[in-house]
Amino acid sequence: MAYSDKVVDHYNNPRNVGSFAKDLPGVGTGLVGAPECGDVMKLQIKVNLETGVIEDAKFKTFGCGSAIASSSLATEWLKGKTVGEAAKIRNTDIVNELKLPPVKIHCSVLAEDAIKAALADYKDKHAGAAASVTT
Amino acid sequence: MALKFPIFMDSQSTTPTDSRVVEVMLPYFTEKFGHPASRNHPFGWEAEAAVDLARERIQKLIGARDPKEVIFTSGGTESINLALKGAAEMYREKGTHIVTTAIEQRATLDTCKRLERQGFTVTYVPVRPDGLVDLDEIRKALTDKTILISVMFANNEVGTIQDMAAIGKLAKEKGILFHADATQAVGKIPVNVEAMGIDLLSCTAHLIYGPKGVGALYVRRKGPRVRLAPMIDGGGHERGMRSGTLPVPLIVGFGTAAAICAEAMPEESARLATLRDKLQDQILSNVEETYLNGHPERRLPHNLNISFAYVEGESVLMGLNKETALSSGSACTSSTLEPSYVIAALGASSELAHSSIRFSLHRFNTEEEVNYVARRTIEVIRRLRDMSPLYELAKEGVDIKSIQWKAE
Repeated sequence: MAYSDKVVDHYNNPRNVGSFAKDLPGVGTGLVGAPECGDVMKLQIKVNLETGVIEDAKFKTFGCGSAIASSSLATEWLKGKTVGEAAKIRNTDIVNELKLPPVKIHCSVLAEDAIKAALADYKDKHAGAAASVTT
Repeated sequence: MALKFPIFMDSQSTTPTDSRVVEVMLPYFTEKFGHPASRNHPFGWEAEAAVDLARERIQKLIGARDPKEVIFTSGGTESINLALKGAAEMYREKGTHIVTTAIEQRATLDTCKRLERQGFTVTYVPVRPDGLVDLDEIRKALTDKTILISVMFANNEVGTIQDMAAIGKLAKEKGILFHADATQAVGKIPVNVEAMGIDLLSCTAHLIYGPKGVGALYVRRKGPRVRLAPMIDGGGHERGMRSGTLPVPLIVGFGTAAAICAEAMPEESARLATLRDKLQDQILSNVEETYLNGHPERRLPHNLNISFAYVEGESVLMGLNKETALSSGSACTSSTLEPSYVIAALGASSELAHSSIRFSLHRFNTEEEVNYVARRTIEVIRRLRDMSPLYELAKEGVDIKSIQWKAE
């Protein structure tokens, strides 16, 4: 299967690979997928507790090139968005941007799940802060 | 010598046609274009003589008694289909049970599935973690209805070589036909249908540096005389078992490739085993948590199959594919979106099946290529582990199996 140029670019130059300490203030962590399915994504956001803006995002992915590209792209898109805006990212946006073929759509679904899981973790940990932020 | 890219190390999927083979084939497309069944003019005689020579060369390569026992087909898949379906139909009165293994190639497994829909029963015997079939498992599977045992001589993914002589002996004792899928073995390691008690044997040209589109089925004529119901009806070519005009240029190429393999085998298999061992040593000694799949000794000399924990196979291939052609048991590289059933049948976890990479060397690989591929593989694995959440968890001392993963 030939990969789109964007998938190749994200694979060769992944954006924002790395980790934040999970217990840092403002950090939300999502870990989705399963090793036996061949895809695991860890996606983290670091939110400014005063503005509710995602100031930084990081990922680590076990998976195929399209899974790596989907999560790399997700971190790029998350940066600068508010928590509320981030929740609106859809897997179809990722499919369109990376031109993923049908067999790779599950990679984009996993990336959307990872975003949601990171946001949910952030909200769990910062229930008070999140409530005070208008999005 | 400067390296030429991309480097091909996927010879268990196909091989390049040897230029010596192509040279011998060419006149059979143009001036020597006769139909081997044309009995009454020199064009036909010339074509028939060329086919006869090829048949003899293949007969010798597989240790058959008589060149008439070699039936030409379109390739390994057709040979396997003809062996299984042809025997099933011919011997249905005698019994409706077939025994095969869990690690056969799709041509065998899918043919067996079809036969099951037609009322046959098939037992898929398991294999040991090293890929070897336990003779006792085959023995236990046999019933008084068993008409055929079909076993892969050497595995296409992990290269494990079965004890064909022992299985052949068991089949003889029980009066059951024995089919060997030898597509990966013929031309690479010694194969002898007489010594191994093989009644039917499938092989193909394109895995032995011959052309694509031609294969052979060995069908024993004596002790026992095996008969097959044909799948293709027509002019009664190939002793009535496979009608259709013979593709003379391809058959000539197949025969030439077989002759070269027969002559080169001792030197070539030793050379490739040395190169393979170098590749294996460099990778295993430089990357932690890598696992050799298959049997450490009883395997094809040109095969190396390794699982790299914490990284996914397709992403490894993607890191190398501009410069090196390899293959993986990862789901993402298969048409079925399932990880390798072969690696899974060896008892490996699915995670390791997703992480398996097959390196298969060929006649034209060099030591420089091996060193390059080893170095690049190590680099890619390290890079991918640095971005693997599983590797990070393992480094933190978390047992990955203790996590409640939510499968998609």
